[in-house]
Amino acid sequence: MIFRLLLVCLWLSLSSVANAVGPDEILPDPALEQRARDISAGLRCLVCQNQSIDDSDADLARDLRILVRERLVAGDSNAEVEQFVVDRYGEYVLLNPRLGAHTILLWAAAPLLLIVGLVAILLAPRRTITPHADGLTPAETEALDALKRDRN
Amino acid sequence: MSIELGHFALILAFVIASVSALGGLTLWQRGERLAAVMSQAAVLQFVLVAVAFLAVVHAFVVSDFSLALAANHSHSLKPLIFKISGVWGNHEGSMLLWVLILVLFGALAAAFSRDLPSDLTNLVLGTQSLLTAAFAGFTLFTSNPFARLSPAPLEGGDLNPVLQDIGLAIHPPLLYAGYVGFSICFSFAMAALISGRIDQAWARWVRPWTMLSWIFLTLGIAMGSYWAYYELGWGGWWFWDPVENASFMPWLAGTALLHSALVMEKRNALKIWTIFLAIITFSLSLLGTFLVRSGILTSVHTFASDPTRGLVILTMLAVLIGGAFLLFAMRSPALRQGGLFAPISREGALILNNLFLATAVGAVLVGTLYPLLLDALTGTTISVGAPFFNFTFGALMAPLLLVLPFGPLLAWKRADLVAAGQRLIGFAALAVFLAILISALGGTSISLVPIGLLLGFWVSFGALAELVERSRLGRIPLAESLRRLAGLPRSIWSTAIAHMGLGLTVLGIVAVSAWETELVTTLNPGETAELAGYQISFDRFEQMSGANYVADAGYFTVTGAGGDTQFLVAERRTYVARGMPTTEAAIQTYGLSQLYLQLGEPLDDTHVVRLWHKPYILLIWIGALVMAGAGMLSLTDRRVRLGVPQTARKTKLEQVR
Repeated sequence: MIFRLLLVCLWLSLSSVANAVGPDEILPDPALEQRARDISAGLRCLVCQNQSIDDSDADLARDLRILVRERLVAGDSNAEVEQFVVDRYGEYVLLNPRLGAHTILLWAAAPLLLIVGLVAILLAPRRTITPHADGLTPAETEALDALKRDRN
Repeated sequence: MSIELGHFALILAFVIASVSALGGLTLWQRGERLAAVMSQAAVLQFVLVAVAFLAVVHAFVVSDFSLALAANHSHSLKPLIFKISGVWGNHEGSMLLWVLILVLFGALAAAFSRDLPSDLTNLVLGTQSLLTAAFAGFTLFTSNPFARLSPAPLEGGDLNPVLQDIGLAIHPPLLYAGYVGFSICFSFAMAALISGRIDQAWARWVRPWTMLSWIFLTLGIAMGSYWAYYELGWGGWWFWDPVENASFMPWLAGTALLHSALVMEKRNALKIWTIFLAIITFSLSLLGTFLVRSGILTSVHTFASDPTRGLVILTMLAVLIGGAFLLFAMRSPALRQGGLFAPISREGALILNNLFLATAVGAVLVGTLYPLLLDALTGTTISVGAPFFNFTFGALMAPLLLVLPFGPLLAWKRADLVAAGQRLIGFAALAVFLAILISALGGTSISLVPIGLLLGFWVSFGALAELVERSRLGRIPLAESLRRLAGLPRSIWSTAIAHMGLGLTVLGIVAVSAWETELVTTLNPGETAELAGYQISFDRFEQMSGANYVADAGYFTVTGAGGDTQFLVAERRTYVARGMPTTEAAIQTYGLSQLYLQLGEPLDDTHVVRLWHKPYILLIWIGALVMAGAGMLSLTDRRVRLGVPQTARKTKLEQVR
């Protein structure tokens, strides 16, 4: 977290002081504004680290926020706005990566791990039941024989 | 002079650690006499590193800017506390702190190892010394904190202003104590693999160390989260940043380890898995500290961007972690499993817990590293951010939280699920009722909120079920029940309290995600805004100066629904030495909720003010504190209290030999 804080400073010092969502950006229509906020939360501020444009103070994030709102006012759907931004900046801008050939492993990782773990658990007990289920070790057999001999 | 003394002490500690590692790991069968030497060496390493550390602290305190580190990261005008905490607010100093905590744990292990079999002592302290040698060596050869400047500058470059906060004094030491504490578990795992000695006694030795580290890590992460919350100025408390993930993964793995070691201690089962988890947990801790400094993860340009340093770190991690897993692969098949149990049993429940926690660790790890790998292999850049993690992690935690209350109610070996269900039904009904009631009152539109609330209440109340059951509350006279409650083992109490803490955190997260309200507006002094029933009036604007900064300050009066008033000051500071701006948000606590007020940028003739109302947000951190407190309670349990049980066991072990 320290590193993160350091980084925040770094770009704070780089970008001139601007801040997250400003009052001048907010759309008069609350429903539209809420949609803008939802979209913004999923778009990455490209000059920051792992921060959405909704949270970011950078100038670029502000430009993107305004762009999103312009598209919404122009009548785009959420998906169209997102596609517009992706076309312009690449998929890197999406904080929630799209499902595709290149991200299939990412999305499948958690379910796969869970399934592998479940299978391992289901199979494991059979392997671990009583280490000596199949009789005595040679040493034990010998000791038993010796005892029997002694009694005879 | 004292700087050179410190430098020399660190070199000496490095040499002693190297010799001690070599001796402990090769001659471990030599018994008590070697163990005595190893213990002394461990204590000596601690003393020497402490001398080295104090030398640097002294230079910072007296503002000796002939020390390059102090010149770059300190300032004579800084308050004393920030001069001291500034020691670890940079790469070299934080390495030194890391090594200090490592040798502290080594010395503690030595002090409490008198009852351990000597071969185990030798191996544990040998492994611990190996780690010390590696990281003290790394510090000395690539990140020397003792470098001098000539001529010495008259004034220092100052610490990054965001770090000039009480958070820096507390957060890194706690986090490091958590990370490094797991090194003891790692050393025990190595000792078990090398010596082949692995039994319930082993788990009983390891568990208190795991618990201790887990407590520190819990507190460290919670503290870091709260620090980011109040310092960064927009009230976010968790960002799924690679650096946060790096600290969260060892926490998840450590939580799994606590539970699996429990099975091993009670039932002598899950041995190989427990060893594996011990290695994984410390490996993730190493990743947590170092991957972010190697320059691989983009989030760390500031701390260690020197490529050779990154390469050395990666090589060290590869050798240590790779070596540990190689040893595990070679030796673990020889370990004998024991302890049979039916699928529906306490063991079964704990395995389920481990399954979900381990999968969560894997999911977070993949999410953190996937963009790097994809970029390296195909050149495609993608981002994996909060929405992905919220979805994946949430989906994995929901079933875990759902089955959690059953766990403590199930008997070991073979349990009756229906009976456990019957005991929980009242609590389940209460949780459902509250979730519906609150969702209705809160006017929620997000469909996941009721489920989240339900899980939070279910876990919180379910935690009480075992206490109710054990005290036979309601079935026998109250006084008798209370007497029973007071007489319950502390391990039972700590389980219930820890699970309840988790429930509280879940409730806090759900509440603040669902019902947070925000207002971004422009205000002039004399004007008023309203948010969530609070009247916020901007009284006056002032420019002021602190010890090493100048600030724009906004003075606000907040009037609550009941007519009570609070006075808040929000600042935008500019630190003189670096000319860097920071925001100091004003936060007012109302019960468990908070009002968060940030003074934004000045416009031509007015000020931007951002206001948030964060309902029940404090529950997030209170839950974490409760969990950590439960851990401390469990450390005072008879079972792990030092002395009594160990002595008895030792004689038994001696008899065996």
